[in-house]
Amino acid sequence: MATKILTEHINVPGIETFDVYRKQGGYTAVEKALKTMTPEEVVEEVKKSGVRGRGGAGFPMGMKWSFLAKPEGVPRYLVCNADESEPGTFKDHYLMKTIPHLLIEGMIISSYALGANKSFIYVRGELMYVIHILEKAIEEAKAKGFLGKNILGTGYDLELVVQPGGGAYICGEETALLESLEGKRGNPRNKPPFPAVKGLYQSPTVVNNVESIATTSWIVNHGGEAYAAIGIGRSTGTKLISASGHINKPGVYEIELGVPVEDFIYADEWCGGIRPGHKLKAVVAGGSSVPILPANLILNLANGEKRLMSYESLSDGGFQTGTMLGSGGFIVMDETTCIVRNTWNFARFYHHESCGQCSPCREGTGWMEKVLHRIEHGHGHRQDIDLLVDVAKKIEGNTICPLGDAAAWPVASAIRHFRDEFEWHITNPQEATQPGAVYRGEMALV
Amino acid sequence: MTTESNNTIQFTPDRLEKAKEIIARYPEGKQKSALLPLLHLLQEQEGWTSPEGMDYIAQMLDIQPIEVYEVATFYTMYHINPVGKHVIEYCRTGPCCLMGGEDVYAHLKQRLGIDAGQTTVDGRFTLKEVECLAACGMGPVFQIREKYYMNLTNERVDEIIDELSK
Repeated sequence: MATKILTEHINVPGIETFDVYRKQGGYTAVEKALKTMTPEEVVEEVKKSGVRGRGGAGFPMGMKWSFLAKPEGVPRYLVCNADESEPGTFKDHYLMKTIPHLLIEGMIISSYALGANKSFIYVRGELMYVIHILEKAIEEAKAKGFLGKNILGTGYDLELVVQPGGGAYICGEETALLESLEGKRGNPRNKPPFPAVKGLYQSPTVVNNVESIATTSWIVNHGGEAYAAIGIGRSTGTKLISASGHINKPGVYEIELGVPVEDFIYADEWCGGIRPGHKLKAVVAGGSSVPILPANLILNLANGEKRLMSYESLSDGGFQTGTMLGSGGFIVMDETTCIVRNTWNFARFYHHESCGQCSPCREGTGWMEKVLHRIEHGHGHRQDIDLLVDVAKKIEGNTICPLGDAAAWPVASAIRHFRDEFEWHITNPQEATQPGAVYRGEMALV
Repeated sequence: MTTESNNTIQFTPDRLEKAKEIIARYPEGKQKSALLPLLHLLQEQEGWTSPEGMDYIAQMLDIQPIEVYEVATFYTMYHINPVGKHVIEYCRTGPCCLMGGEDVYAHLKQRLGIDAGQTTVDGRFTLKEVECLAACGMGPVFQIREKYYMNLTNERVDEIIDELSK
């Protein structure tokens, strides 16, 4: 049986309540951390665990914590990024609504480790019902002495605030999130200074994803080394994967990092295979931003070895033959999927969500959407494919925040691996614009 | 929009209490952080974020009205125009489309007789296209206020519309 760090008790009836969560061993990590460990010792365990940011960037969490500036007399803040908006990703939504106390417990431990006395959970506004669930959990924890003044008699004070967003993907970018939390438009900030030095209200701030923070209870209880023993290589621990698309069992799965991609797609324990009568065409493995891969490349590395669900294996081969683990938003497409249409759909998303601050992104995302729209609707020109590649290249790396890259990669990778399909749309517009028409040319389906 | 304050809008007593509690959450002098939550509160009460309502919030937070307008127009959840009784926010993003989201959407539009951004003549429904709602494993999805409606089919859409039309 694979190790479950976050979801072990998730199906216990009533787990959303304090009492049931507590009965399953909940909040023992808070007791252990606050009563027997110094903040530095907690940071040390998180460092040892090797856990990497689960929002998508994959930056080591302990290292991020150690960058936090600690000037005298200045408050420090922990902000949880629960603005989950990356298409294909719904794990934090699931975790928070099902087992809210896991996040609350993680917030207490993490805030203690960082020396924060007021911490925020920034939840996308669409999840207002989840905000109510979290607020209820906070009330319960407070009533039991795990939040508020002098927690468990240790002298440590902590207040948690749940903040709703207003519907803006860009606020998942940490500095845009901080702007939004300050009551402004979600325009990402120039860096440096980094939030670790000047973040919320110009004070030192750490921003971590829900899933990252939720791991800290287990790490405190079992130690960083035990956590690092799970997984493979530098991909330590477990990861929540949001599986969607043309599979038999969509849902959120906690996997030990290192599971073969093939097993994840076909084993009954996880996705349960492609829906009956269909074949695998392509996968977007880490949320809509990461490069799309055709069936043969998602299952196997360029050298023929099996590809694994880990940071390193998914990115093996760079963008030529690889992709990224990203947020773990695993979108599976069978042979009925039109790659051009899906790429246009994603391009429209990034155009819609660009904050408009940087010209390459503001103009480039709109341009890509327009060109993809005309290809998909039978009005494409031969030079459009190269034009898209060119625009994508000019956005990438030329913006304040990674939204520009996130917009460029799906387009560039779709053309890289499915160029024939784009050409077919341009040379056979009448056929390609028939309802439900999909390119059936040379293609390796699995 | 006017910057003159000529407020006819006020929070109901319980919402005013809630607003005060929200403003008190933030550190001294950082009350502007309450802006997004207060706009949600306004919309919950009024159905939309009207100019008068935004001016009222500006006064409450002691900030310029433009600071409220620029925020309300940036975030897609705030309705800056009047809307119908039920605002259907339909996910149009890739993963939902893979699950037949476009066909179900066409059916919904036909059923309501309106396009995105429009309101039915009886004022009951407004249709709005939104991006990913973080429920991709249960697509197609739409949201009405706080409630998620998932695994949508044409039949399910008809049931929901029938129910809300009563």
